[in-house]
Amino acid sequence: MATATRYMGRPLKRKEDPRLIQGLSHYVDDLRLPDMHYVVFVRSPHAHARIRSMDTSRAQTAPGVLAVLTGQDLGNAVGVIPCAAQLPEMKLALRPPLATERVLFVGEPVALVVAVDRYAARDAAELVEVEYEPLTPIVDPEKALARGAPVLHPQYSDNVAYRWELEGGDVGAAFQKADKVVRQKMVNQRLIPVALEPRAVVANYKPGENKLTVWSTTQIPHLLRTQIAAALGVPEYIVHVIAPEVGGGFGSKLNVYAEEVLVAHLAMRLGKPVKWTESRRENFQATIHGRDQIATMELAVKRDGTLLGLRCHILADLGAYYQLLTPLIPTLTGLMICGCYKIPAVRVEITGAFTNKMATDAYRGAGRPEATYFIERAIDMVAAELKKDPAEIRRKNFPKPKEFPYATPTGLIYDSANYPKSLDMALKKSGYRRLRAQQAKLRRQGRYLGIGLSTYVEICAMGPSSAMPAGGWESATVRIEPTGKVNILTGASPHGQGQETSFAQIAADLLGLEPDDIHVVHGDTAIVPYGIGTFGSRATAVGGTAVYTALVKIRDKLATIAGHILQEDPQRLVFRDKKIFLKSNPAKSVAFAEAVGAAYIAKALPAGMEPGLEATHFFEPSNFTFPFGAHVAVVEVDPETGEVHLQRYVAVDDCGNVINPLLVDGQVHGGIVQALGQAFLEEAVYDENGQLITGELTDYAIPRAWDVPRLETARTVTPSPVNPLGVKGVGEAGTIGATPALVNAVVDALAPFGVRHLDMPTKRERIWQLIRKFKPTGSRPATKRVGDGRGRRGRRKR
Amino acid sequence: MGVVIQMRVNGKTQQHEVEPRLLLVHYLRDVLGLTGTHIGCETSICGACTVLLGGKAVKSCTLLAVQADGADVVTIEGLAALGGNGGLHPVQEGFWEKHGLQCGYCTPGMILAAVELLQTNPKPKEEEIRRAIAGNLCRCTGYQHIVDAVQYAARKMAAAKR
Ligand code: FES
Ligand code: FES
Repeated sequence: MATATRYMGRPLKRKEDPRLIQGLSHYVDDLRLPDMHYVVFVRSPHAHARIRSMDTSRAQTAPGVLAVLTGQDLGNAVGVIPCAAQLPEMKLALRPPLATERVLFVGEPVALVVAVDRYAARDAAELVEVEYEPLTPIVDPEKALARGAPVLHPQYSDNVAYRWELEGGDVGAAFQKADKVVRQKMVNQRLIPVALEPRAVVANYKPGENKLTVWSTTQIPHLLRTQIAAALGVPEYIVHVIAPEVGGGFGSKLNVYAEEVLVAHLAMRLGKPVKWTESRRENFQATIHGRDQIATMELAVKRDGTLLGLRCHILADLGAYYQLLTPLIPTLTGLMICGCYKIPAVRVEITGAFTNKMATDAYRGAGRPEATYFIERAIDMVAAELKKDPAEIRRKNFPKPKEFPYATPTGLIYDSANYPKSLDMALKKSGYRRLRAQQAKLRRQGRYLGIGLSTYVEICAMGPSSAMPAGGWESATVRIEPTGKVNILTGASPHGQGQETSFAQIAADLLGLEPDDIHVVHGDTAIVPYGIGTFGSRATAVGGTAVYTALVKIRDKLATIAGHILQEDPQRLVFRDKKIFLKSNPAKSVAFAEAVGAAYIAKALPAGMEPGLEATHFFEPSNFTFPFGAHVAVVEVDPETGEVHLQRYVAVDDCGNVINPLLVDGQVHGGIVQALGQAFLEEAVYDENGQLITGELTDYAIPRAWDVPRLETARTVTPSPVNPLGVKGVGEAGTIGATPALVNAVVDALAPFGVRHLDMPTKRERIWQLIRKFKPTGSRPATKRVGDGRGRRGRRKR
Repeated sequence: MGVVIQMRVNGKTQQHEVEPRLLLVHYLRDVLGLTGTHIGCETSICGACTVLLGGKAVKSCTLLAVQADGADVVTIEGLAALGGNGGLHPVQEGFWEKHGLQCGYCTPGMILAAVELLQTNPKPKEEEIRRAIAGNLCRCTGYQHIVDAVQYAARKMAAAKR
């Protein structure tokens, strides 16, 4: 039963779009239930303080108020916010849903108000009086670890959350043998994910049926259901979680938040439907942040550029409390620190630090953008030090295509790759050699072009359950209705990725139907069997494989039925054009709908066959997948102003087989532009008092359309052997591959000014200062203003 | 203490008594139930709340409902009717054809900003499109397919005029 690929691999437009482009879809904040009340949280204005007293009496009597609650009022009714991570000797830092004694970050909720509408709730929240006794804020993670620093969690003696280390190969010998050791401290700054839809929760409890329904902006509806049940101490079967339309997540909705559990509790406690919608300010303060790692990288190299060993220490600023995966994210950096290079010996040490900030957790790429940034910057430094071309240093240290599966000294098995091929394609597509010549010419004219490379590998399709904190499999049910239409219930929870379309493409090919015959259902725990969700570039590679395998099961059953009707060997049947027919004689056929009908009418089924047409598969992957690629960025830096103009961006990515190239391009574009945000614009800044001074979109720049040139993308295809679809995943490739390419380009542009490294975001004031500081040994490099009116993009004053 | 306001929204006359501080976006979403207009910031940065007011793209989180008294408002729900062909508006079609959206949250605002652009500049260059939608944030698409979508719509509208 060969599968014809009529739809897989084609750029089908999305099935989900008609409702989205007409305003007919429903996000959580769009829901309105009769007698719905609104929740507003009162949050700490202090980074670190003792709560002396709280007075809610004025708020209680404000117009329209139904309830005002503090942590004291809750008592033990709501459990702590869960963390799924377990690391050896990790200190626990579990967050109470409402702070009672102390607040540990700005934005930590201390009370809540429920009122008839959001205006009344906001008004009343202003009337809650909280008296704080400020304590010394611990903001800088390096200072947090210093001897004598004030301690954030008084039950512990210091602010070290955990230490984690990993060693493979003989690191001491590698550094002894080295001709050169390249060292650099680098900061991967704290970021705010900024899904365009802020978080929101609606909950409704029906006491008669004993049913609690929770609509939430979540990437993990089933895990959320389990955790809500646990936190409220109710059986899981009474909790029904729905993730309706979700407006982007990027990891920020891969969590279990205090607000989700509290709103669920309120619906039961008050017997009314309740809604909470996050403001953007709350989203900045109290939704997880990303990155925030300081790495000290050391690479031991031979004179010819061969890498011998790597030592890396990472200081990870975890914030005050753990959210779902907080402590784990830096360990992913550790695992991926070798990038796509053969480095025989490696030692990684990670220190997690508590500070008075919001927790960091999984933000698009989650640990891998950091790893890739650190190694790719370090490789460029090696090239600069040895005066070799960065492309050649990279190529020299790639494992060869025939060496795959390739075992890293960090204990991973890279599934499949052809690194030289993607690098060659990127160099060719960008006209790398010409660019270098142009760079040399322009420098003589006092203009500073920078060419930045990045060759990356990422770890995706998360993942084998043995390596995941709470299950890494995914579920799918395929149910064919008596009319012959197909329902696919997936445990993945897409929120923009487009699996309603790509899974329909898979099903259409396997069953010989049209994508319009297929309906994909997700995000509803009452309909879909238990699933894990969408994150870690897993939905297609793990969730899609579950769909595929369930489809194969159901196709086998249909083939048996059709074979029985036709009196032919099921193995020799083909599914195409809504028919099941004999490969050697297409005239001998039965309509797809007829075979389906036979399964339900069940009068003439093969002996012993169950009636009905439904198959479920829980797919457990045997390994992660390892997509890879090569990116080239071309920037020009204006030496007078320090402004960076991104002129070109070339990306060659390999995510294995592609189900829908349109969707893959969309993922790649979006990822690259988020990377551009980190490289050039974004930084979550807490001041020395622990105030988040980038507290709104007005002070935190995410890329706009005019910041970006037309991206030039291409692909190589190296199928993954880990799953039958040969797919690898592509949701995070852009944020992983692009950040170092962009920064490498900026540093390359500034090389004539003696710049060896520059921390992100590469803002013009930082660059301008570096250029000013430069004391030339010979003659000062010529500078020429990059004139206006040359039609360059990215002109943007901040 | 309410104020009575009246406006045409998607071709229908609406009249309500509202609090003077009610934002236009809340009026559209909560009073009229037109939830296709989204809220991403309430500080006039993200553009998710963009609607057409008297044919001009405005951020409805920056206006009070009372400021729109007497105005003619078009939201995403009413856009198809402006297309004049009984189906989708060409800009909506462009977003569908060119994969101009992922999560869809920015999409209604983005589409309406593009509609305004094409009304004033039917043949925009890529630079001009990028400038015109710079007041609308999208965190998913990286903007390239949005630009393609607007170009598609421009071609389609030009062809329809011929
Ligand atoms: S909600 Fe109006 S601009 Fe963001
Ligand atoms: S499609 Fe998600 S924000 Fe634009």
